[in-house]
Amino acid sequence: MQSICLHIFVDLIETECGDEIQKLIKKFIHTKGAERVKKDKWYNNQLFPWLLPIVVVLLWQVLGDRGLIKSTMLPTPLEVVEAGKNLFQTGELQKHVYISTERAIIGFFIGGTIGFLLGLFNGTVLFLEKLIDTSIQMIRTIPHLALIPLVILWFGIGESAKIFLVAVGVMFPIYINTFNGIKNVDYKLIEMGKVYGMSKWQLFTNIILPGAMPNILVGIRYALGVTWISLIVAETIGADAGIGYLATTAREFMQMDIVVLTIVLYAILGKLSDFIAKVCEQRLLKWNPAYRKN
Amino acid sequence: MFGIELKNVGKRFGANEVLRDIDLSIPKGSFTAIVGKSGCGKSTLLRVIAGLEEVTSGSLAYTGAEAKKSNIRIMFQDDRLLPWKNILKNIAIGGVNKVDAEIALEKVGLRDKKGDWPDELSGGQKQRVALARALASSPDVLLFDEPLGALDALTRMDMQHLMEGLWQEQHFTSILVTHDVSEAVYLADRVIVLDEGGVKLDQEIDLGRPRERDDKFTSYEKKILDQIVGG
Repeated sequence: MQSICLHIFVDLIETECGDEIQKLIKKFIHTKGAERVKKDKWYNNQLFPWLLPIVVVLLWQVLGDRGLIKSTMLPTPLEVVEAGKNLFQTGELQKHVYISTERAIIGFFIGGTIGFLLGLFNGTVLFLEKLIDTSIQMIRTIPHLALIPLVILWFGIGESAKIFLVAVGVMFPIYINTFNGIKNVDYKLIEMGKVYGMSKWQLFTNIILPGAMPNILVGIRYALGVTWISLIVAETIGADAGIGYLATTAREFMQMDIVVLTIVLYAILGKLSDFIAKVCEQRLLKWNPAYRKN
Repeated sequence: MFGIELKNVGKRFGANEVLRDIDLSIPKGSFTAIVGKSGCGKSTLLRVIAGLEEVTSGSLAYTGAEAKKSNIRIMFQDDRLLPWKNILKNIAIGGVNKVDAEIALEKVGLRDKKGDWPDELSGGQKQRVALARALASSPDVLLFDEPLGALDALTRMDMQHLMEGLWQEQHFTSILVTHDVSEAVYLADRVIVLDEGGVKLDQEIDLGRPRERDDKFTSYEKKILDQIVGG
């Protein structure tokens, strides 16, 4: 079993990234010389950060195969992949992932829009800031997952309960970061805009919004993390579909491979949404040298 | 083009009197420099003229046909370029079209930088862009708030040439606030020394252009400097 696994790994490396590995080796040899430039260090290779996770997974597989980790405690990676394959064939995997993703998107969109608009108005209109900000700051300190009993009483265990929880969780980080971003826009730039004849709308679109964008994007990235956390909890407590439901039912039948699979699924979805946010960041903030790719 | 008329202008921030009894008539198309120690109120005077600060007493008027505040531009000490817009778009703000922006950029000699981000330019280049931005809308009045204060000596001389050339070409009414007396004498036809919020000296500079730093130049410099330093 181990040898098969290793074979697969070696094959994968040779077919998928043979060039990269060769380059890595070449770079390693090259940089032994005196012309050691920071960019050319061997560990700057794109694949290098993946080395540790790959080693961990291989070790996990090997230990599982040897019986050092019991399958009933933690199934091996291959068993998890197998479970995923089976669920995929019955179409259940897609169904649950789809439902969870849908909840995440709808909840994120609703909460994000409310948070953004509140941040926007409170950041630009002093009257509204005085009126609303303190109240929001008070509510913000409540952990939104503490609302679960209340939410279940209000909405039952239907879709709206989960979407509500996600939306509440997402709203605050987006609100705070939008609000702070707008408040911290360089006043000198706004003054310049006024002298140069910009209308209020032009000031907003040309100076205030782009100036607040780095903060807003931080809020979005943080909120994405909150989205998945809220969803995991909400789906585990009461649901009839979704990844959390999959995990709960698997637990009842002691299907460890599916339990681990759901954890991996959440990890993949979380990483995927973070990746999308990162791409947005790089596009929207390409004026900022910290985000500019050479 | 229009001129500026200040009558008994006073400005206070709380108990702090920054400007007092300023009577100034600045004709259209002229180049005036305002010098003085730091804290003498020269930047505040400029901001009052630009309409960024309200006067506490006295009156401010723009004189001439079709005089309006929206035809005043300021060039600040810091470039105040928008970091998220490329150079050309930075110039084309506030209703300036791309063609005019490119012409202005050409005038300051940075046409090949039009697609760059502001942070890719040197300090001197950024101030050139700021100058182009100020010129792009063909302003009637251009106010300079120590625009060259943060530049090195060589870049500063370059910029002074550029500013003089552009003023001679377009004859917008110019007011330059600076702490550099030599720069004031080099660029302006009239130098005003401010001291503790009031006008201490109002000096015509009767020199041909381009100006040589000769004896006459130096005697103007000395006279003005004596007024500033000599308490």
